[in-house]
Amino acid sequence: MAVASDAATALRPLDPAYVLKEAGAVAAIVFALSISLVGFKTEDVPGGITVVTRFGAVAIVTVIAFFGRLGLILLREGRPFPVLVTALPFALALFALLLWDQLFAPEIGLRRFLPFGDIIVNWLLAIFAAILAGRAAWTFRHEPREQSAEEREKKMDRVVAAPVQRAARLVGPLLLGFAIILPFLPIADRRLLDIGILVMTYIMLGWGLNVVVGLAGLLDLGYVAFYAVGAYSYALLATHFDLGFWICLPFAGIMAAFAGILLGFPVLRLRGDYLAIVTLGFGEMVRIILLNWYDFTNGPDGISGIPRPSFFGLPFVRNPPEGTETFHSFFGLSYSPIDRIIFLYYVILLLALATNAFTLRLRKLPVSRAWEALREDETACRSLGINPRNTKLTAFAIGAMFGGFGGSFFATRQGFISPESFTFIESAIILAIVVLGGMGSQIGVVFAAILLIGLPEFFRELQQFRMLAFGATMVTIMIWRPRGLLAHREPTIHLSDEKTPTGHN
Amino acid sequence: MGYFLQQLINGLTLGMIYGLIAIGYTMVYGIIGMINFAHGEIFMISAFISIITFLVLGLLGMGWVPLALVLILVTTMLLTAVYGWALERVAYRPLRGSPRLAALITAIGMSIFLQNYVQLLQGARIKPLQPVISGGFRFLSESDFSVNLSYLQIFIIVLTICLMLGFTALINRTALGRAQRACEQDLGMAALVGIDVDRTISLTFVMGAALASVAGLMFLLNYGVIDFYIGFLAGIKAFTAAVLGGIGSLPGAMLGGLLIGLIEAFWSAYFTVEYKDVAVFSIMILVLIFRPTGLLGKPDIEKV
Repeated sequence: MAVASDAATALRPLDPAYVLKEAGAVAAIVFALSISLVGFKTEDVPGGITVVTRFGAVAIVTVIAFFGRLGLILLREGRPFPVLVTALPFALALFALLLWDQLFAPEIGLRRFLPFGDIIVNWLLAIFAAILAGRAAWTFRHEPREQSAEEREKKMDRVVAAPVQRAARLVGPLLLGFAIILPFLPIADRRLLDIGILVMTYIMLGWGLNVVVGLAGLLDLGYVAFYAVGAYSYALLATHFDLGFWICLPFAGIMAAFAGILLGFPVLRLRGDYLAIVTLGFGEMVRIILLNWYDFTNGPDGISGIPRPSFFGLPFVRNPPEGTETFHSFFGLSYSPIDRIIFLYYVILLLALATNAFTLRLRKLPVSRAWEALREDETACRSLGINPRNTKLTAFAIGAMFGGFGGSFFATRQGFISPESFTFIESAIILAIVVLGGMGSQIGVVFAAILLIGLPEFFRELQQFRMLAFGATMVTIMIWRPRGLLAHREPTIHLSDEKTPTGHN
Repeated sequence: MGYFLQQLINGLTLGMIYGLIAIGYTMVYGIIGMINFAHGEIFMISAFISIITFLVLGLLGMGWVPLALVLILVTTMLLTAVYGWALERVAYRPLRGSPRLAALITAIGMSIFLQNYVQLLQGARIKPLQPVISGGFRFLSESDFSVNLSYLQIFIIVLTICLMLGFTALINRTALGRAQRACEQDLGMAALVGIDVDRTISLTFVMGAALASVAGLMFLLNYGVIDFYIGFLAGIKAFTAAVLGGIGSLPGAMLGGLLIGLIEAFWSAYFTVEYKDVAVFSIMILVLIFRPTGLLGKPDIEKV
């Protein structure tokens, strides 16, 4: 008890006026933010539009902001008790109501007690209250301690990133093994395999972009352009010259690599953000050209009827033309549409693994050392005799090549491509995967892709919230770990006469 | 000749809108050296706030256009400025001193977030608005063509010039402007001599958002339709304008905006409409290659 009273006397006295002022200010700002876009909704009526009001939601949001901020202030000042006794029952009540609503259908009529009309927003509020209560409970046990951003960063490195990186040697093969047997597991249905294919496409693109962004430090916001070049190369070659997927794949890669060099030449002198914005412009230019060059690309209508890949010449179709062998008849199986999905799954797994192996080997080559040196200091590199032009161009070309491979896989999987699929948002997603995972970290890309692509795909029902959550996740992760989730890197070389290797920790 | 003059007028009007957005990019880049990628979304949000205010005033029976316009302008500037402030406070301030890439990713994330936020709250359909200011002058009438200078275009041009004069005075004459210029030269040094750096940066975002909100209102009046996606392209073009004029330079942003507007108008008129964006991006790339500091920018010397 003595300890508790000591702690209580050590607390600063609260100034109610100040506390109310701070919480009130936050509430006022939330009110100003929400009054326009939340308070009024534009609706179509015959002959124009009109507005309907939603002032109830504004009031609720403002009140929540006020009390939420009040709770945070109390936690900051070391007074968790009132927060706990308010937030916990509130969260529990809300969860109970929501579960009731989910389980016993809405006709019981409890829905009108929920603060918001939309169920998802209510869930978010409940989770927020639960987090607040959790933090209050945590503050009970632990002294609130100010941590600088750097301290937190180091702690996270030590607690999370380093063990994961060390475990990567184990986790990597485990994940790989899981990926290999996934199609034969009982849980594997068509939907799961589709998500797996999608996630692995992004993993592959992430590894490809990692060469440009992570290793060479060239910020590329137009990566989707190479993806598009690869997809259109395959689609056009296949539909015009009747070539197969495996023959076109290298061509698509080469075309994309050329596009990379083409882009690389003019932007060699640019640095950092300028480079980012020029690559973004390049990506948009490619999309606009694809959209408007109707004779060549079929414009906004896109290219359809792109041939599916075949298993060493054996197609995956139910009723083949007379006299041709198909996959199921050759192996004496009954036809199943999922065969083709499984095959696609293994194709992208193979492509992704090849990308990984290639980039990992690449890191041991002089050119990769030159990329990393160039990333750290271009001027110093130049004086050491590294040719920045060729070095950057190789990075662009190799990164673009993997983008091209990914693109032609995309084309063969979809069977239909149009410029719609190659918007800026794709570039942003791939870049986000690389940066959120921790630049240069191979396993980080995998985690980030699962987090950003796989999870949202599972929550398809929340379709309209998907991109909102995506943007919010990007911001949150960057604020929480500005160097990426798994950015920590163990030094690869130690001084041989290091005295106490066991001394720290 | 008449056709040329008409495109000149259209291009200048468009350029004024780009210039007002570009100032927000250039100020932020000048002070904290980041591309505020979400600035285009702030512009888009302001267009939505404008249309909502229009409709609300219409429902309230406000019929006199000049007063309505003033009210809308003030409301939109205030409410959008709050968005600009909140954006900086929530997403960018925690990242000060982090790697530049982190700030850029956060900005892109914020941009995606705000786009979908507006789409969720207001719906994905385009929002049309009847012309508010109609009529204009006709001159240089030829047989089948006459140059048309609408009252709306006069309104846009006059308002932009007034705003620019006021804004220049704010930057050059007031304590806030002095603090801002000091922060632009050296953040650490400015903090040492007693400038509240956080506050100055916040106010920079507020000013940028307020100017972008005027652009949003003008865009709404000029085109008559908006949707949640207008911020992306307008934002990129405005950033191009800022780069073209020399990033960090305020007159440069306006000049760049005007040039981009003119290029777009003339390209659409004399070549193909479809490739006007390609023309804008190509010019940006050319400028960056041959004059990386832009037209009015200061050379950026990098030390090892």
